[in-house]
Amino acid sequence: MNKIIEKEIFSENVVQLILEAPEISRSRKPGHFVIIRVDDKGERIPLTIAGADTKKGTIRLIIQKVGVSSAKLIKLNVGDSVLDVVGPLGQATHIEKAGTVLCAGGGVGIAPLLPIVEGLKQAGNRIVSVLAARSKDLIILEDEMRHLSDELIVMTDDGSYGNKGLVTHGMEDVLNREKIDLSVVIGPAIMMKFAALTTKKFNVPTMASLNTIMVDGTGMCGACRITVGGKTKFVCVDGPEFDAHQVDFDQMLQRLGAYKDQEMKAYKEYLKSIA
Amino acid sequence: MEDLTAYYKTERNQEWRVELRKSKKAKERTDIKRVSMPEADPHVRNKNSEEVNKGLPADKAVIEASRCLDCANPTCITGCPVGINIPKFIKYIEKEDFLNAAKVLKETNTLPAVCGRVCPQEKQCEEQCFYSLSLKKDPVAIGHLERFAADFEQHSGQMSVPEVGQPLGIKVAVIGSGPAGLACAGDLIKFGYDVTVYEALHELGGVLKYGIPEFRLPNSIVDVEIDNMKKMGVKFRKDVIIGKTLTIDDLRKQGYKAFFVGSGAGLPNFMNIPGENLNNIFSANEYLTRVNLMNAANNDYDTPVISGNLVAVIGGGNTAMDSVRTAKRLGAERAMIIYRRSREEMPARVEEVKHALEEDIEFMNLHSPVAYSGDKEGKVTSMRLQKMKLGEPDASGRRRPIPIEGSEFDVEVDTVVVSVGVSPNPLIPSALPELKVSDWGTIEVNPETMQSSVSDIFAGGDIVRGGATVILAMGDGRKAAAGIHKYVGHLVKAN
Repeated sequence: MNKIIEKEIFSENVVQLILEAPEISRSRKPGHFVIIRVDDKGERIPLTIAGADTKKGTIRLIIQKVGVSSAKLIKLNVGDSVLDVVGPLGQATHIEKAGTVLCAGGGVGIAPLLPIVEGLKQAGNRIVSVLAARSKDLIILEDEMRHLSDELIVMTDDGSYGNKGLVTHGMEDVLNREKIDLSVVIGPAIMMKFAALTTKKFNVPTMASLNTIMVDGTGMCGACRITVGGKTKFVCVDGPEFDAHQVDFDQMLQRLGAYKDQEMKAYKEYLKSIA
Repeated sequence: MEDLTAYYKTERNQEWRVELRKSKKAKERTDIKRVSMPEADPHVRNKNSEEVNKGLPADKAVIEASRCLDCANPTCITGCPVGINIPKFIKYIEKEDFLNAAKVLKETNTLPAVCGRVCPQEKQCEEQCFYSLSLKKDPVAIGHLERFAADFEQHSGQMSVPEVGQPLGIKVAVIGSGPAGLACAGDLIKFGYDVTVYEALHELGGVLKYGIPEFRLPNSIVDVEIDNMKKMGVKFRKDVIIGKTLTIDDLRKQGYKAFFVGSGAGLPNFMNIPGENLNNIFSANEYLTRVNLMNAANNDYDTPVISGNLVAVIGGGNTAMDSVRTAKRLGAERAMIIYRRSREEMPARVEEVKHALEEDIEFMNLHSPVAYSGDKEGKVTSMRLQKMKLGEPDASGRRRPIPIEGSEFDVEVDTVVVSVGVSPNPLIPSALPELKVSDWGTIEVNPETMQSSVSDIFAGGDIVRGGATVILAMGDGRKAAAGIHKYVGHLVKAN
């Protein structure tokens, strides 16, 4: 049982929870994720850890409502508990001084990007960040990202905030302008696919953090498998970060849709049940 | 061993055993036919999750127990990886003292109700039974009797809690709550250690919960055995991954003096053939975990599972049988086993194959998939099979399958479950670089003590064997507990 200590609503579908998890708060590093199960009927879902407070013994999760499990989770309030939280899982981000790093985050992908940027900044890198979302209210963690970045560019699809355009437009401007040594891209699979194609044109080594379907999260089930450089890899134990230029994003998109029909049906039934 | 032989002899010479032996002539005993296990109707059970084997009624168990000749040299015990005093428990059944029969089982076996269901007795104790060895008759149904005694006790409301030793005040951690870990913890607590079992998942029991289906081993049976261990004083912590949440070093700092690693199987093997990452192609681990651990077939639970109509399961082991029979129960019209060798070479238990056949599972032996193809959404729609023939025996002693060129043909499928083995769980070895592992990723141990290259770390089960049975894992756990007892004993003396 892990108690919710704080809750902040970022937008209609995006919520931040601060959860009690003392051991995980001490052992987690940038790039790690947890698996959570909301209640005894719940499924196991992976969520990247956006940060931790070792003194308070808490971890920070940012959740976007996409189906039944995330809807149940964001409905919980301060004082409620999440039944199971296990982690930290996955390989921690390999952090080193590369020079100038272009960090691109799309939507809730900005959450897992935050601790990585923090690590990269501490390692002495110059950080140029591009945050992107459909509209202004979906840009999250802007202040913290601005604080850690040497330069921050905001892109919105509808132009309601920052520059109008896609994340790739913002990235391309930077890549055309100066030499970038490393890029980190995190967001929806489709965004990472095009972000990776963009940096490939400039031959910039690029890392993506993948969020696939998982059950156990410890390397047992193989639900998270994807193809990287022609080889099958397990996101939960080999990742979640991979060389973005080697990832078969089309296959990843296909595999993310594996339970689409069931998920939609279950979500409709869930909405009926709470109506 | 000499001590044990003397012990068996003393036990056998107890008055009640002598009396019981005299009560029937050997000929009378050997004339009785082996009991058969009552089973659920195959065409009813293949649509639900009820247990297939119904268990023996008491009268039949007593008759079966009377077949046992209570041999002077009980060879059956040599076939048992956990060394159950088999004649003693069987004679208690013949005497109709079922609770004492269960007590005997629990002297050396932490999970008798589990073993009575899933052990391959036909290759262990029953293979070493006097009936099999010398009379060339069907062996005493030791497995069925074990289950009978254990179930009787579970239902009696008079579960005995095995005696535990004087607390030694020494902490030992067991990593993984599967059969190896539970067996180890059960013996450690009897020695008097302060035992904590750490489990990565949200349920205790490891493969007994996530792997073996309800129709073969109900979860409630496992829970009763685990509750009994709690009563003995074993502590359990779920949702903790040693090597991630806490390291072995963290535990050393908390005062743990020794560790047993029973972290089990990990990464599922795939065949690396074209199309294997299409949707609706699963590892057996994923498929079974969704259904068994996550209750995915029950609509009240959030986890989904694909209940295919044309399901192919690749492999010939017990896990393949569990998967294909699960697929049938989820409503598959065709549930097929695809195995590259013939029926004789299948590693699955004979009983599982028999049950599968009764349940209308189709067997395509001497076939192997070479590729899968799918529709525009990426869902698998067909598999290409190649016919095989058997050549000379290979290193495993089984005849090697040889592909027949040009024999390929396509079979329509909508779901595929790949059950071609697993690699050991990489979490502990990757967190402990000083731990010696084999090229296959298994932890290397001294086979007598189960001690690894790191002196306070012991290991057993699938993390050492790569892939084996519940009972072999339990045997390892017991050996490791003895190894730990010896190792920590030296430490205590040294201080």
